[in-house]
Amino acid sequence: MMPPKPPDPPHEPPEQVPAASSPAPPPATRTIAPPPLTRVEGEGRLVIRIRDRRVEQAQLRIFEPPRFFEALLRGRAFTEPADITARICGICPIAYQMSALAAIESICGIEVTDPAADLRRLVYCGEWIESHALHVFLLHMPDFLGVDSALELARAHPRRVERGLALKKAGNEIMRVIGGRSIHPINARVGGWYRAPRRADLTALRPALEQAREIAHDTALFAATFDFPDDHVDAPFVALHQPGIYPIERGRLATTTGLDIPPDEFGDHITEHQVPWSNALHATLTDGHGQHRGTAIDDSDADGAGDGTPPHDSGSYLCGPLARFALNAPWLAPAARETATAIGLRAPERNPFRSILVRCVEMVHSADEALRIIDGYTEPDEPALPAEPRAGTGHGATEAPRGLLYHRYTTDSAGTILDAKIVPPTSQNQRAMEENLRRAVERHLDLSHPDLTALCERTIRNHDPCISCATHFLTLHVTRG
Amino acid sequence: MTSTMSEAPARPTLAVWKFASCDGCQLTLLDCEDELLSLADAVDVASFPEASSAVVAGPYDLSLVEGSVSTAEDAERIHQIRAASRRLVTIGACATAGGVQALRNFADVNDFLAAVYATPAYISTLATSTPISAHVRVDFELRGCPIDRGQLLEVISAFLARRRPTISSASVCTECKRRGTVCVMVAHGTPCLGPVTHAGCGALCPAYHRGCYGCFGPMESPNTTSLIRQLRVLRMSDDDVDRVFHTFNAAAPAFRDAGGRS
Repeated sequence: MMPPKPPDPPHEPPEQVPAASSPAPPPATRTIAPPPLTRVEGEGRLVIRIRDRRVEQAQLRIFEPPRFFEALLRGRAFTEPADITARICGICPIAYQMSALAAIESICGIEVTDPAADLRRLVYCGEWIESHALHVFLLHMPDFLGVDSALELARAHPRRVERGLALKKAGNEIMRVIGGRSIHPINARVGGWYRAPRRADLTALRPALEQAREIAHDTALFAATFDFPDDHVDAPFVALHQPGIYPIERGRLATTTGLDIPPDEFGDHITEHQVPWSNALHATLTDGHGQHRGTAIDDSDADGAGDGTPPHDSGSYLCGPLARFALNAPWLAPAARETATAIGLRAPERNPFRSILVRCVEMVHSADEALRIIDGYTEPDEPALPAEPRAGTGHGATEAPRGLLYHRYTTDSAGTILDAKIVPPTSQNQRAMEENLRRAVERHLDLSHPDLTALCERTIRNHDPCISCATHFLTLHVTRG
Repeated sequence: MTSTMSEAPARPTLAVWKFASCDGCQLTLLDCEDELLSLADAVDVASFPEASSAVVAGPYDLSLVEGSVSTAEDAERIHQIRAASRRLVTIGACATAGGVQALRNFADVNDFLAAVYATPAYISTLATSTPISAHVRVDFELRGCPIDRGQLLEVISAFLARRRPTISSASVCTECKRRGTVCVMVAHGTPCLGPVTHAGCGALCPAYHRGCYGCFGPMESPNTTSLIRQLRVLRMSDDDVDRVFHTFNAAAPAFRDAGGRS
């Protein structure tokens, strides 16, 4: 029996593959449409069309079913988004909890202070380690070593994979101790925490974190020996920015084009668009581009020139490790800066294949930062500040492992949510990923079909897209059945 | 106690499938850091797209299914997966009860349509999010949002040993007692769904001084009416009671039918 084949995405146009018996196709017409992507979180696929050595279309089609979080949050209490939005992503639930709480707490007019605030940064360090280790070892590294999975990798390099899993576990352990469990932790609340951990519970994490820092450094040295294909992203980088501190759970929003704004101006500069081939909204940086909110873009030929080329200035931008590193490298922990120096990694790094190195450096940083916070931790008298409902609109932006995660809520005076907006990093990166894909194909047109297909998949995987995150933000269209 | 698989002709094949979900339950498998490599020795991971590019054709000895059915295509796909699977186990609240996305089942469709959108015609979805068991026969349902790592390993081990999984269907209260946690409802007046919620999390929330919010769904024979009486004594409003039952397992019948006005 054949394995079940995932269905084509809804509304996907039929592939224009010439039948074998039809007259000879134009000599240089090719379609690259491999099966759904593997080793990414969620369901998506690539479709690339080439005619006369020109890339007509390069699409990342996201067909993961939407789950409508923004709609179902309406009418819920202001205390609920932290638990509900965690369910958007099992890989980065802390990011959702922290962005949601930042937004809600700004409505309530409270600011969480240390040690509760330090605990938030600490648990977020755990999530960066867990998520980055998952990508580095289980999703990304197999590409560089020519294997299908980390399980296959473990046969050739058992010690390498075992140590990678130990690193991942160290991140999960921070989340478990502070949050109760590593997937959908239960301890975060508006105003702080339900229960603050005991000092002894945190210091017990030290040996694993010291080992994690060392494994992350070793992994960086190992990964630096990989063969990195040439590639270059031109899109502006966008990340939080907080001079003196490598940004995780707070900061202003900065770009490599010189923008520097508070999170509550996010909507003034970043616009979301719906495209027909994706169940996730695209986002564009509108600063100075004169684009309008709510525009639906019907195809990749967004400049309207009819020539199939992407617009000269498409508004695409990239968030995530490359962007954070470009904008904030001076504020990495000394140990992480040493790792970067040892592997010759300098900011800005614009080759997405080398993002694996930045993730390793960020894991060194996270382990080091976690150790610093644990050493300075004192148990608070009260785990949370009192929080009363208020009418208002609040904005929250934090750095999920994959990049900037923005939440906005509007509540009434009883604390009931009237409106919610969530913009995850993979949504924001879609356009830059597609442009990256288009350029990669243009530069490697002479590769064989299997090699070009593999290169396309790697080009997307470099950005660690989380399709589960990206998909849940469209309004319901009902098909009865 | 351990059963040996050494005489088995080939390792059993394992497949992991995703429907509408957050990926957290299949991630639980990858979070078995200490057991993952031994597990990969005991089973042949034949299809697990999130973790491997290698896809082996079915049939599969064990399929783990994450997520709920919310599109016409997925309603079709689950039948293909069932046909290709000797045993099919659903993992998590989405697959066993429709998940948080099943809140759409209770929404006024017009409210959704009236919400702001650019081009809804690009999107195709069903009006409901339903559990896998509403579509095909399921051999075992593992509950939780997310599932518990230990319970997942128990289910896989039981499958390898050809026995039923030993998973309690009692309430979270039994886990609090075993853990030695003082009852948050009795001692602190904190509303808690522990008395009606399926065990499996290890009674996490009460251990963190918080009432259970029911993420493992209803226990085998929950007395929600009696609990709701107590929740009202603790000053929960009708809306509060509705919301606490109607979150991550809203479409599980015992929670679906419970509410502030029931």
